[in-house]
Amino acid sequence: MPLVPPYCEALAVCPIKATGSDFSTGTDPALSNGNMATEFHNLQELRRSASLATKVFIQRDYSEGTICQFQTKFPAELDSRIERTFFEETVKTLNSYYAEAEKIGGQSYLEGCLACATAYIIFLCMETRYEKVLKKISRYIQEQNEKIYAPRGLLITDPIERGMRVIEISIFEDRGSSGSSGSSSSSTSSSSGR
Amino acid sequence: MSAVMVARKAPRRWEKLPGKNTFCCDGRVMMARQKGVFYLTLFLIVGTCSLFFAFECPYLAVHLSPAIPVFAVVLFLFVMAMLLRTSFSDPGVLPRALPAEATFIEMEIEAANGNVPAGQRPPPRIRNVQINNQIVKLKYCYTCKIFRPPRASHCGICDNCVERFDHHCPWVGNCVGKRNYRYFYLFTLSLSLLTIYIFTFDIVHVVLRSVDSGFVNTLKETPGTYPPTVLEVLVCFFTLWSVVGLTGFHTYLISLNQTTNEDIKGSWSGKNRVQNPYSHRNIIKNCCEVLCGPVYPSVLDRRGLMVETPTPPISTTATKNSDPDPQNTKTTAPLIPNEHTPDDTKPSIASSPEKSSPKEPPPPSLGDTGETTPVKEKAF
Repeated sequence: MPLVPPYCEALAVCPIKATGSDFSTGTDPALSNGNMATEFHNLQELRRSASLATKVFIQRDYSEGTICQFQTKFPAELDSRIERTFFEETVKTLNSYYAEAEKIGGQSYLEGCLACATAYIIFLCMETRYEKVLKKISRYIQEQNEKIYAPRGLLITDPIERGMRVIEISIFEDRGSSGSSGSSSSSTSSSSGR
Repeated sequence: MSAVMVARKAPRRWEKLPGKNTFCCDGRVMMARQKGVFYLTLFLIVGTCSLFFAFECPYLAVHLSPAIPVFAVVLFLFVMAMLLRTSFSDPGVLPRALPAEATFIEMEIEAANGNVPAGQRPPPRIRNVQINNQIVKLKYCYTCKIFRPPRASHCGICDNCVERFDHHCPWVGNCVGKRNYRYFYLFTLSLSLLTIYIFTFDIVHVVLRSVDSGFVNTLKETPGTYPPTVLEVLVCFFTLWSVVGLTGFHTYLISLNQTTNEDIKGSWSGKNRVQNPYSHRNIIKNCCEVLCGPVYPSVLDRRGLMVETPTPPISTTATKNSDPDPQNTKTTAPLIPNEHTPDDTKPSIASSPEKSSPKEPPPPSLGDTGETTPVKEKAF
């Protein structure tokens, strides 16, 4: 049975997002449900033409402690697929988003104290700052995939889907000449199932 | 899974998660398997407070001030909220590596080790990282197939790697980790206050009644005093010593930005001149980071739906990697021998019941169980 590329699965019909509050303020990165129809249609062409070659995992950079940062070292496997500057730009922007989410300052104190005063019940109705930034990250990754990575046969998976441990970049090979997946401007959604 | 499954309601991811947690409310609530001691905690708190509200409060409200029961109610509700929040939250569980990631790490390890002569034990799987000019060793978790982030540890009771692992607390029926440490601390703090409060006003109550009718008579004659008050005083007395002590200990840990796990292992005790790289060297900053830091989201997807895929590839497949997994699982399993480094077998440390000893990875048999079931690996 041929491997069904996860890339394609990620673009497939989006499952019902988990909604509703739970005790742990679970994450729900935003999905652009409006694009799903066009994605699915382009997806059919992609399935015929693209197959997953390998995956590269960008590891965490712990040099500044336990805050979420990723290494900007350019992996060798991407050498022929994408320019170094694009990759570094993406990782640096992601790092800055995560730094913003985890910043300990006035706003986080305020949020913490307010929440404590309400015995944290307020988190059942309010979205935390971290979750807001995670949505921004999800949109950013989607946009990067659309504009830069998908045309080069690559796909970035949102780190939240991998436990914030790695940035997974899937590398696809064009199979045959029937599909023009390299140049197709399919909109992509990298997150599903959340 | 056959096509029949598609017609049925799709299961949620928590149903297929590896690890030994139990889930309630369709994945919203997450606890450890053994909950007996947690029920005892609930019983003690609710029972003692009920006795207090039933027997002491009416007298105190009339003879002293109605504010006394009101404050007691507020404190009680806060304690319960913190307890439930600690017990039901995801402590910061790290999802296990998917086969692709596990293979990638394997290859990196093999590349780093070079050629190991046959018959010789390969070197332990350790990655060194430099954090704030200290070398910290990251260990490889054979169960979860990842290099554990700094401060993370594997809880043998829940069979999960937990970020900023503090300890597994049977009294709350859950691990205490990055995401629920502040709730745990506030629980112990508010429980200390509640215990002191009830203890004090029990004594006040007995004193006030004794002023009227003598001490011994108070105990004998006044209905409702003898069993309830004495019970409350006993419970509070014994609870005081343990909970107040625990609160003090955790206050100390927070001011140094350490976890119970690190304290027990002596990671930063300074014997190797290794200092805590996570501490800000400022008590206020450390406290603020732990208690007022950002609220981390759960990275464990419990409530997402898993749509099982029938064989045709163009059918609705929502679970990423669901199809490649069965094949990858078979190829990756032999690559990952389930051997343990000497460091992994640590003596279980006997400590007070409130601080349950953090457990290291279980013996190989349990690790194998995690590996060989494709369904479990498929989810995360």
